[in-house]
Amino acid sequence: MEKPILIREDGLRHDGRKPDELRPIKMDVGILKNADGSAYVEYGGTKVIAAVYGPREVYPRHLALPDRALIRCRYHMASFSTSDRKSPAPSRREIELSKVIREALEAVVFTELYPRTTIDVFIEVLQADGGTRTAGLTAASLALADAGIPMKDLIAGVAVGKIDGVIVLDIDEVEDEFGEADMPIGYAAGIEEIVLLQLNGVLTREEFNKALELAKRGAEQIYKLMKETLHKKYLKVLSE
Amino acid sequence: MSLTPTRQPIIPKIKRETIKKLIKKGERIDGRKLDEYRPIEIILNPIPKAEGSAWVKLGNTIVMTGIKLEVGTPYSDRPNEGVLQVHAEFVPLASPTFEPGPPDENAIETARVIDRSLREPRAIRLEDLAIIPGRKVWLVFNDIYLIDYDGNTIDAGMLSSMLALNLAKIPKIVSIEDDNVIIDKTVKESPLPINLNVVTVTVGLLDEIPLVDPLLEEELVIDNKITIAFDEKGRITGIQKAGMKGIRTSVLDEVIDIAFKKANELHELLRKVLSNPENYMKTLI
Repeated sequence: MEKPILIREDGLRHDGRKPDELRPIKMDVGILKNADGSAYVEYGGTKVIAAVYGPREVYPRHLALPDRALIRCRYHMASFSTSDRKSPAPSRREIELSKVIREALEAVVFTELYPRTTIDVFIEVLQADGGTRTAGLTAASLALADAGIPMKDLIAGVAVGKIDGVIVLDIDEVEDEFGEADMPIGYAAGIEEIVLLQLNGVLTREEFNKALELAKRGAEQIYKLMKETLHKKYLKVLSE
Repeated sequence: MSLTPTRQPIIPKIKRETIKKLIKKGERIDGRKLDEYRPIEIILNPIPKAEGSAWVKLGNTIVMTGIKLEVGTPYSDRPNEGVLQVHAEFVPLASPTFEPGPPDENAIETARVIDRSLREPRAIRLEDLAIIPGRKVWLVFNDIYLIDYDGNTIDAGMLSSMLALNLAKIPKIVSIEDDNVIIDKTVKESPLPINLNVVTVTVGLLDEIPLVDPLLEEELVIDNKITIAFDEKGRITGIQKAGMKGIRTSVLDEVIDIAFKKANELHELLRKVLSNPENYMKTLI
């Protein structure tokens, strides 16, 4: 595939978005019957589902920690989520992303409230169109809230990038593939803490600062949507 | 599946408290300043069978990287470029907590952070590594072995990778018939084409106090580690946050400033070593 024009002459992106514009975002919680908490999140063409089981007993038992809950996290992409079929076996990328997502969640969950238990977080990417780890993190955070697990804050994930020299918000697959940088962040907007930060690409210090600011502003918008989604769910439960 | 670490080296609570108290006073258990690297010892090309190799001792952390070059097929989306693969092995001889088996998430993370930080600024000119464009290219295997584990494997791994890549020599191509490329590994011809050097600087955080190049014992008590890669031009070529706490933006800013300063020192070291490599070509013992 040839490199497409990422920033058009009118300054808009290949899909018509402004540089600081998010894709259409959809989210819902409590979508699964079996899980203690669950969420569905869409960032444009990226579709992700997350489920939380726990706090529950740990098997095998020897893994249990005496002073806190264990967090176990699996980020996984469905074999049909990409244009070429992805082998369902966990790739090196998925193993790394499971780790960074788990570490982001550890920063907000009050694990000390549930010693000797495990909180299991499962993220399935149903369709990948850029920003799967950040959409997955948003979904995982919503699913934890839906499970009623006490947390310091919600986490909104979003990726910023540099494409054709322009710093842009919420990059999609094409922008990731042909752009110069991809910087996913997880931001707990209420406590103003960055809980996930990676950079894949080349940025100057000034560009990095600009990208981080843009990411935080984008994450704040997503954070607001997350709160609304949870609020709506509770109003519904109340009215029932 | 990634889970909260349970099999970590145990350190006594009293030592844990000492490490924390010292850091808060601006001191460290090994007497270093907060922004000081451990002493770095370098041995170049200790493994003649590898196309390039480097042994790096960072304090008590020992890492060895060997580069192997082979002829193979390119990736279909980059048919006219060589292939770079970075792997890290945390072998059981390096620590009582390591077990034999496929690389765990820590080894995979180390390899992938180094891979990205080299790939993104095009540290290696992969476009010069095509033999028969579209069909046969050089495959560059950058294999990082952790030999003794005392913290900060990424910085040591990156330093040894960069040195080994700079030393690597491409074997002689004897003949090319159709798609059959015959090489002679005993004759090493041109150096591997390097565009620029990259280093990583890992900064730990304890209660928002930054400390450079954390020891293993420090890694076990600190809140976070942030690894930042810089190329020779001072550009950021990769970032990875690790650890189970969040970071405020102002602290992150401070971390990047420190990392930038330390990266310049590491680049200076690389220049010094690579301008007189023969001074560092010793036997292992």
